Amino acid sequence: MRGNRPTRGSERKAGAVSQSAVQPTPASPTPEGGHLLEVRDLHVEFRTGEGVAKVINGVSYHLDAGETLAVLGESGSGKSVTAQAIMGILDTPPAVIRSGQIRYQGRDLLAQSEEQRRQVRGTEIAMIFQDALSALNPTFPVGWQIGETLRQRAGMSRGDARRRAIELMELVKIPAAASRLGDYPHQFSGGMRQRVMIAMALALNPKVLIADEPTTALDVTVQAQIMDLLSDLRRDLRMAMILITHDLGVVAGVADRIAVMYAGRIVEHADVRSLYKTPAHPYTKGLLESIPRLDFHGQQLSTIRGLPPNLMRIPSGCPFHPRCPYVQQVCVDVVPHDLVLGDGRTSACHFAQEVRDDRAR
Amino acid sequence: MTAPASPPKKVRGEPILAVENLVKHFPITRGVVFQRQIGAVRAVDGVSFDLRRGETLGIVGESGCGKSTLARLLMRLEIPTSGVATLEGRDLFAARGGELRRLRRNMQMVLQDPYTSLNPRMTVGDIIGEPFEIHPEAAPRGSRQRRVQELLDMVGLSPEHINRYPHQFSGGQRQRIGIARALALRPEVIVCDEPVSALDVSIQAQVINLLEQLQDELGLSYIFIAHDLSVVRHICDRVAVMYLGRIVELGTEEEIYQRATHPYTQALLSAVPVPDPEQRDNQNMIRLIGDVPSPANPPSGCRFRTRCWKAQDVCATQDPDTVPRAADPHPSACHFAELREPASPS
Repeated sequence: MRGNRPTRGSERKAGAVSQSAVQPTPASPTPEGGHLLEVRDLHVEFRTGEGVAKVINGVSYHLDAGETLAVLGESGSGKSVTAQAIMGILDTPPAVIRSGQIRYQGRDLLAQSEEQRRQVRGTEIAMIFQDALSALNPTFPVGWQIGETLRQRAGMSRGDARRRAIELMELVKIPAAASRLGDYPHQFSGGMRQRVMIAMALALNPKVLIADEPTTALDVTVQAQIMDLLSDLRRDLRMAMILITHDLGVVAGVADRIAVMYAGRIVEHADVRSLYKTPAHPYTKGLLESIPRLDFHGQQLSTIRGLPPNLMRIPSGCPFHPRCPYVQQVCVDVVPHDLVLGDGRTSACHFAQEVRDDRAR
Repeated sequence: MTAPASPPKKVRGEPILAVENLVKHFPITRGVVFQRQIGAVRAVDGVSFDLRRGETLGIVGESGCGKSTLARLLMRLEIPTSGVATLEGRDLFAARGGELRRLRRNMQMVLQDPYTSLNPRMTVGDIIGEPFEIHPEAAPRGSRQRRVQELLDMVGLSPEHINRYPHQFSGGQRQRIGIARALALRPEVIVCDEPVSALDVSIQAQVINLLEQLQDELGLSYIFIAHDLSVVRHICDRVAVMYLGRIVELGTEEEIYQRATHPYTQALLSAVPVPDPEQRDNQNMIRLIGDVPSPANPPSGCRFRTRCWKAQDVCATQDPDTVPRAADPHPSACHFAELREPASPS
C-alpha cells in the first residue's frame, strides 16, 4: 500500500494518527477545579544493557487552558521524555512508565487503551519537534503531508484536505502557500520547514501544543519569527502551550510559568517573573548566573561546578547536592520535598527560603 | 627563503594574522562525465581583517554566512579562490612543505562537536599526543607522555585519565580534550569554530572561563566563531559581523554592541532573547522578514537590501564598502549607516 509507510512515519512525528476516520470529539469542558492537563508523580525508567536509568523521578506539573508553561532543563533532565509520555510516543521498551498519572480533562491517559489515546493525539494534544528536516518525510510534498492528517483523521476528501492545507500554510505565514503545496521539505529553509511542522500540528485544532525545542536549530532572526508566530497562534487559537527548552532567553519572552527540571525532577516551579528575580533553588540560581548577557560585557562567568549526574547512579538525598554551593549534611541524607513558598511557587531544596532571600551571593 | 635572524619580538596588540580580500567560491557543476560549471556558491566573498596578538576576535553571523568556511581557509583546509593571509608576515597560502608545517604548528583549531571530532578508538593520550607524531620536533619522544599529562592538567582534567577513551567523558570534558589537543604544539593562534554551542548552559560557562584563563596564561590569540551573540560579547575584544560572505561591520565589542550602525547588526542584536521577563514588552525589536538569500545568487549591490527596511535604489546598484562611517568611526558596510535610538539595549 502506497500510503502506508509515510503515514506511520508522520504518526510518530507530528502527532497525527492514521487509522479510520474519527468523529470529532465533543469539546468537554475542564471539570470544576481541575486542570486541563496534569502530570502526577510520573516515574519513567529506561532499561538498557548497562543498567536501569531513572529518567523521570516523580514529575508533577499542570497546564491550564490558554497558558504557556515552560519546562526548562539541560540535556538528560527528562524534559522531553515527560512530553513524550504525555503524547504516548515513548519507545517502550526501552522506556518503562513505572507509576504516575497523566490526566487530560480529568481522564487518566495512561489508563486508556491505545485506541482511546489515538483520539487524543493530534485532536487534543499535538506536538512539534526541534528538527523539522528529520520530522518531515523527505519523499512526499509538504501539502500532501499536511493534508494526510485531515484525510485520515477528519475524513476529508482530497480536495478539501488540499484547500485546508493551503489555509493552514497561510495561517503559519508561509508566503505563496498555494504554489508551495507541491514542494518537498528540502526545498524549504529551516524556518519555513518549522512552519510546515507547526501547520501539521494545528491541523486538527488541538487544545494543547507541546513545542519541544522548536527554535534550537534556527538562527536568531528566524528564531524570533517562529517564537512570535507561536505566541500569536496560541493567543488566536486559544491553545495552551508547553514549551520545552534549555534557553533561558526564549523562556523569559513567552512563558507564564516555568518548571525547572534536574535529574528527572522538577526542582523549582514559579511564575516567570519571580523565578528570574528571586530564584529559590540553587540550580536555577546557578543557571541564571552562568549565562553570558548580551546587555553587558561581563567579567568571569560564575559556573555550576561539576557535571550533571549519571541517571544510572543518581546521588543520594538531593540529586543536586554534589554541585551545590549551599550543601549541608541533610542534603546528602534526605531527599528534599517541594517546599511551598507562596504564590504557587515550589522549590525542592532544604534551604529554599535562604536561597531565595540570598540575592547578593 | 630567508628565515628571520632573531625571533620576532612578541608585542601584545600588534597584528599577528592579517587577512586581505579573501575569497572562496565553490563551483556548482552539472553533468556527470562532462562536468561544466554553471555557477558558484560565494561562501566567502572578499573578507579582510587582522587579528592582534593576545586578543579575541569574534566572528558572528547566521548559518550560511561563510564563517566556518573562513575558519577552514585560515587553517588551509580549503584553498582560497583569491586573497592573501599572512601569519606573522608569512604568506599562509604560498607556503609549501616545511614552511607550511611550521605555520600550521602555530595555528590550531577547536571544533564545534566534541562527539565527532575525537576518534572513539583512540585513547585520550593518543588523541592529545597525535600532533607530536606530525611535528616530532615539538616534543622529544621521551617527554611526550609527561607533556600530555601537563596538557590534561592545564585544561582541568585529571592526568590519570590519559588511558581513557572519549566515550568515558561528558560533552564538556570532551571539549576540554579538544582544547588540549589544540594547545599541544604551543600555537599562538587558535581558531575556535563554535566551541561551546554544543554544550549545556552550565557546562558552557566552564569552557568559556577555561578559554579565557588559557589566553591569559599563554598569551593566545583567538578567532572565536559563534552564532551566540551573548557568548561573543562576553569573550571577545573585537567583533566582525558577517552576512552572505562579507564582513558588514567590524569594531570593538563596545562599538558593535552599543553603537552598531549597520541595520543587519542592529536587527541581529535585537533578535537575541534577553533572559529577563521584565523586558518582555520592550517594543525596541526589529523583526527581519524572510530568510537569508542563497550565497549562490546574492542580491546585487548591498547583499542585505532584500531584508533591509532602509533599502533605497542606491542599495541595489552600489555595493557599499566596509569603511568608517559618519555615524561612528568603525567600519560598516551600509550607505545609510546610523546609530539606533536608543543606542543600546541596556
